[in-house]
Amino acid sequence: MPHPLSRLAALLLASFAASQAMAANVYVSNEKDHTLSVIDSSTLQVVKTLKVGKRPRGITLSKDGKSLFICASDDNTVQVMDLASGKITHNLPSGEDPEQFALAPDGKSLYIANENSNVVTIIDVASRRVTGQVDVGVEPEGMAVSPDGRWAVNTSETTNMVHWIDTATRKLVDSTLVDQRPRYARFSADGKLLWVSAEVGGTVSVIDVASRKRIKTISFAITGIPKDRIQPVGIRLTRDGRYAFVPLGPANHVAVIDAKTFQPVKYLLVGRRVWHAELSADEKQLWVTNGISNDVSVIDTAALKVLKSIPVGRYPWGVAVSGS
Amino acid sequence: MKTKWIVLWAIIVRELRRFLQQRSRFFGALVRPLIWLMVFAAGFRAALGIAITPPYETYITYDVYIVPGLVGMVQLFNGMQNSLSMVYDREMGSMRVLLTCPEPLPFLLFARLFAGMCVSLVQVYAFLLIARLSGVDLPWSGFASVLPALVLTGLMLGAAGMVLSSQVRQIENFAGVMNFVVFPVFFLSSALYPLWKMQEASEWVYQLCRFNPFTDAVEMIRFALYGQWQVEAANHTVLATAVCLTLALLGYRPRQRA
Repeated sequence: MPHPLSRLAALLLASFAASQAMAANVYVSNEKDHTLSVIDSSTLQVVKTLKVGKRPRGITLSKDGKSLFICASDDNTVQVMDLASGKITHNLPSGEDPEQFALAPDGKSLYIANENSNVVTIIDVASRRVTGQVDVGVEPEGMAVSPDGRWAVNTSETTNMVHWIDTATRKLVDSTLVDQRPRYARFSADGKLLWVSAEVGGTVSVIDVASRKRIKTISFAITGIPKDRIQPVGIRLTRDGRYAFVPLGPANHVAVIDAKTFQPVKYLLVGRRVWHAELSADEKQLWVTNGISNDVSVIDTAALKVLKSIPVGRYPWGVAVSGS
Repeated sequence: MKTKWIVLWAIIVRELRRFLQQRSRFFGALVRPLIWLMVFAAGFRAALGIAITPPYETYITYDVYIVPGLVGMVQLFNGMQNSLSMVYDREMGSMRVLLTCPEPLPFLLFARLFAGMCVSLVQVYAFLLIARLSGVDLPWSGFASVLPALVLTGLMLGAAGMVLSSQVRQIENFAGVMNFVVFPVFFLSSALYPLWKMQEASEWVYQLCRFNPFTDAVEMIRFALYGQWQVEAANHTVLATAVCLTLALLGYRPRQRA
């Protein structure tokens, strides 16, 4: 029988290893501070604040998880940060005023929406070159690439449409009308459905990818909150197809939607003007950015409860979680 | 020593029995805070975004914020009710029966105070349970961790009631006491709004609230509901309890026999 102390040591080591495995870094872009806040997902504390380009908005991790792409909107570029050193290694040519982008599943191409020039710019990440531009509607904003890599979709805020770009031919092949001011698009894990939020319309449209037709429109109602304050923006879907989480902007709530029945099941109170969201790799945590109250809220997805709100920089916008 | 326990037990049982037999009192004790909770909290739900202050770690709705204040309100009213029944006992003569007990007066008063506190616990837990079941987001663990705080605050508010009952000669005067003591004590505290909100409104109101022992009671309950112990508030509560108890003892000295 081993010595009790050695058993204790082994136990401590094991629990340490477990907590290490769970700990992830959460990256938050602060639009007004031109910084990136780094939060430890196990202690829920800000551990670092890094200086980045002007007006950082959309952020996304590279497929290997070693670098972070940052839309530095007022610098008209996409910055690439090496996460180990926290240094910007190089910039990618993004076209004018990049706000949101999506990385193809193979991690090779970046699709960037250029709000002011009504185009989607396609960049080859390795060669750091623009490989194509596709004309879309007015004020392109949301970007998503289907899990099979076949479709890149873009939402245009003024045209109120989802534009379907065939990634093989890089041509716009179809458009689907949705509600007013579509801000964000997200494919389901199986790639069969596309969820699109409409900020002014106050709805989320669910589109069948095969037919590119809208099959469901989800509306929201929160007791005591006027309808016009309900402005859905970001969307996150769990891999098991159970829940969809939709931050509702100035309604200061995140809607939890049953992704099978398309019915909202719960509204979670968070900070002011909540826009974007990201799930942790194990999908146990959902992180959302509260633009006006300058903090992020972390939600326990099993209990559907807000655990904590953590102050970051001014106007937190985008969020990415390592490992996810 | 043994007789002390018997006396204490007898007084607790008598007070609990009296409380449970007065259905309307139980009903009233619950309805008052529940009306506040349902009507006020619902009305203010959207209007008042409560910013994050400890012990809360994230944004809360107003109903969650006012629960500790309403728990304090339950104990405050119970303290007053208790002192009212002491005035009544004195008028009806049952107080004299109690005072014929061979135990010393301070012990009898303390036993009476302790019994009143036990009655307030029944009310508080009934209220917390209804609030929790009707959807107010309270942690179940808080039901246990709040108990020590409730004992302290119950004693303090009961002792404050005793001071009043030692000074008030007749039941008729009690309505005035309610208006001039209970409401200011409740409103000038952190029960309904956080202190920083008071400070935004007016500096002197804020100072009044800060030095109101009821604020300490409410804050202690608030933190204890989340398993945290507010040492400063607890010290203030103990101090206030000691002061009130001394005043009550002075007020109940036998010279009052006249």
